[in-house]
Amino acid sequence: MTFIPKPKLHHPDLQKNALGLTRRDYEGPVSTLCAGCGHDSISAAIVKACFELDIEPHRVAKMSGIGCSSKTPTYFLGASHGFNSVHGRMPSVATGANLANKDLIYLGVSGDGDSASIGIGQFAHAMRRGVNMVYIVENNGVYGLTKGQFSATSDKGAKSKRGVVNSDEAIDLVGMALQLGATFVARSFSGDKGQLVPLIEAALQHKGIAFIDCLSPCVAFNNHEGSTKSFDYVREHNEALNALDVITGRPEITVDYAPGTLEMVMQHDGSVLQLRKLHQSYDVHDRVAALTYMQERAAAGEIVTGLLYVDPNPRDLHAHLKTVDKPLNALDEMALVPGARALDRINAGLR
Amino acid sequence: MQPTDIHDPDYFHKVVDCQWACPAHTPVPEYIRLIADGRYADAFMINWKSNVFPGILGRTCDRPCEPACRRGRVEDEPVAICRLKRVAADFKGDVSDRMPPLTTTRNGKKIAIIGAGPASLTVARDLAPLGYHLVIFDSDKRAGGMIRSQIPKFRLPEEVIDEEVGYITAMGPEMRLGQRIDSLKAVLEEDYDAIFVGTGAPRGRDLPIPGRQDAAANIHIGIDWLSSVSFGHISKIGKRVIVLGGGNTAMDCCRSARRLGGDDVKVIVRSGFEEMKASPWEKEDAMGEDIPILNMLVPIAFIHEDAKLVGMTFDKVKAEYDARGRRNLVSTGEEPVFHACDDVLIAVGQENAFPWIERDIGITFDDRWDMPVVNETTFQATLANVFFGGDAAFGPKNIIWAVAHGHQAAISIHKFCQNEDVAVRPPPGVTIVSQKMGIHEWSYDNNVSLDLRFKVPHRDKFAALSDIKAEVELGFDLKQAFAEAQRCLNCDIQTVFDDKLCIECDACVDICPVDSISFTANGEEADLRTRLSAPATDLTQAIYVSKNLKTGRVMAKDEDVCLHCGLCAERCPTGAWDMERFLIDVAQAESACCK
Repeated sequence: MTFIPKPKLHHPDLQKNALGLTRRDYEGPVSTLCAGCGHDSISAAIVKACFELDIEPHRVAKMSGIGCSSKTPTYFLGASHGFNSVHGRMPSVATGANLANKDLIYLGVSGDGDSASIGIGQFAHAMRRGVNMVYIVENNGVYGLTKGQFSATSDKGAKSKRGVVNSDEAIDLVGMALQLGATFVARSFSGDKGQLVPLIEAALQHKGIAFIDCLSPCVAFNNHEGSTKSFDYVREHNEALNALDVITGRPEITVDYAPGTLEMVMQHDGSVLQLRKLHQSYDVHDRVAALTYMQERAAAGEIVTGLLYVDPNPRDLHAHLKTVDKPLNALDEMALVPGARALDRINAGLR
Repeated sequence: MQPTDIHDPDYFHKVVDCQWACPAHTPVPEYIRLIADGRYADAFMINWKSNVFPGILGRTCDRPCEPACRRGRVEDEPVAICRLKRVAADFKGDVSDRMPPLTTTRNGKKIAIIGAGPASLTVARDLAPLGYHLVIFDSDKRAGGMIRSQIPKFRLPEEVIDEEVGYITAMGPEMRLGQRIDSLKAVLEEDYDAIFVGTGAPRGRDLPIPGRQDAAANIHIGIDWLSSVSFGHISKIGKRVIVLGGGNTAMDCCRSARRLGGDDVKVIVRSGFEEMKASPWEKEDAMGEDIPILNMLVPIAFIHEDAKLVGMTFDKVKAEYDARGRRNLVSTGEEPVFHACDDVLIAVGQENAFPWIERDIGITFDDRWDMPVVNETTFQATLANVFFGGDAAFGPKNIIWAVAHGHQAAISIHKFCQNEDVAVRPPPGVTIVSQKMGIHEWSYDNNVSLDLRFKVPHRDKFAALSDIKAEVELGFDLKQAFAEAQRCLNCDIQTVFDDKLCIECDACVDICPVDSISFTANGEEADLRTRLSAPATDLTQAIYVSKNLKTGRVMAKDEDVCLHCGLCAERCPTGAWDMERFLIDVAQAESACCK
């Protein structure tokens, strides 16, 4: 780890966003993860996305569990709220927080251990309930904190740093999210911010559960020959479906992809996702086709990345529960304790 | 772009902006680190080797290093490099045992050095240890040249001059002080193998306007007046004094006048305040001593009554710019302005004067300025055994330039005397060494201080103004010196990139506090500069480009505002980045010859 704080001095031409904040204002203390960790790149991508979307830091709640990935919320958005829950329980805590105050932006950061092993039940229910949040899994296929055992997302046949071959089937979180009704599903790679930043921006704007499975090589334990989650392997087998531009009103972000056909996806809140399709036949609105395609390409040894599925008119937990517009934590005593006459009215309705 | 050749000594040298800007190429960050480490004598010796007069320059240098300082590009002000040099000189203790021993073996060559100013003394310092028989002539009785005659003692105490000039005179040159040279021809006829001319720019420009002759008794040429003050021939001046001119000599004149009885001293300048040649800090010091600076006033006449000066009239002007952007001062047409005064000091420039060099001895003079034709690299005149340096070579500059000229002239003289080609210049000595001590431990302090520039404490104004010899600046104390030294960004600790080790994980890009590093497709420089993490608009600052990496991209680093904090190297998982100390030792006479 690095012992000195990142110097406050910055580039003289550092840009400010609509709030008058610089990108540096969205950072946190210096990371204590291993040098070169993919997770730090994801943190940097989150910082950039929040800066570009002019998000007020105090409107964000960072939710996490346990693990290398779940440590990272310390290292970005230093002025935001945060909750570091017990192992695997981040989805439940986020669900509760979201129920109480739906006005905050919930940013869940988890790992393959936290979400695919100990917390898989929690993960599943957050997906099916459609909690309005961004759920990023920083997926490195390995238990880094305990010295590199295979995790539940490790591919069958992958080789560990010690040379052991994984005999268990991998859990595909993207497949599960699709099956369980997530309304925004994407996969990306920590080594490709050109793809990742717009995906995080789109996910932050999505009014429903937005899941991003982000491959994030563990340089200490899973970046060797034989690994299927190393920088080299992911770069070689990466099959990008599309390139995404989020139209925010600021100068367009250039992405390092060849131009393809453009598809505009109007979101519920009026924001527009501009998709440059790299695979003509792929339809991002077809859940069943998406599932099939994922499985086909996985069988062919490819890692499909990009925006895999999006429902432009998502419904979230609050819509399902028909809660009032006002956040529950803001309801005053008059609303919560309406009095005997209101009770009489309800009772009368039940007779 | 082609991959950067970091083995070219100039590449990393340019990154050390202060050292590159210094005419003598003093290794600034190296000595600043030594100051922070409390090794003042070591810091002094690095300076002494490079710029010969650390204590003098630490008070009087024009500091070309400071506007170049990278710190000035990431916050308000550069590191106080000049005043830290003084710290090294102030706290070094006794360094006499570190000085080169007196050379007893002579090499049989005899050199005449005309003038005993900074350029000449540098030549002597560089050549004495090589066994030359050096003969130094000066019309003044004490060595030092303009350092001694023109710089007021309240800026530069006599003891500092004595000490630093003394280190050189102790090296054994034959000092013929008080002996004016009136004929170069006569010197050439003697048995000298080479002659160095370091006679400065000794003539102050006059102002031939009406009344100049009639009121001559109270009108003085600035540098002559300063020299008379310096040598104690003048000890008072009238109550009301006008100083004409906007350079550093004018600032020295007005501040000296304030100390010799001038209550109402003002500086009057033709140009605007910003265009004045004086260093900003010297203007600041003058104004701090209640000396107003009046601008845009062109002298018309000296007004006198009964042959006694009573004041001056000035034409009020404004600046107008022609199509080519050249400035013209045009009269506003208003009534002339009158300023009453008892004395006037004219400090409107200096000129070279070579009445003592015969024009038929083989030294070519140019027609326009009547200056000797001197090679800008070798400092050789058209007569092969005559060399020029300092203000005598290319007109008035500053001490640090004179020192730089002296070093180069000494190399040329040495090569000339050893029958080598003076045009072939010796290469610099370069060392580059990794600073890695442990996983995240460096042998330099990479934590960037956020302190703003510290101000040098001044003597109480009343006490300062009542004694012309009382030094105004008191210098940093050790606590301030340490804190100021910590502001240095260690630009000589270079970021060295190894493309073969890089796995393109982006860790360095993410951690870099100043967005210096990018991984992107290569391209032409103009195009690449627009595609980096932060646009690289300063074309004087290089882009460090790697060979092609695995993904086909290159690493491109804008050197412009790199803090040299080493975080890229700390966050690099493979050691593709390393922090390496780059020390460039610009060649001096001792390493000039192959033999």
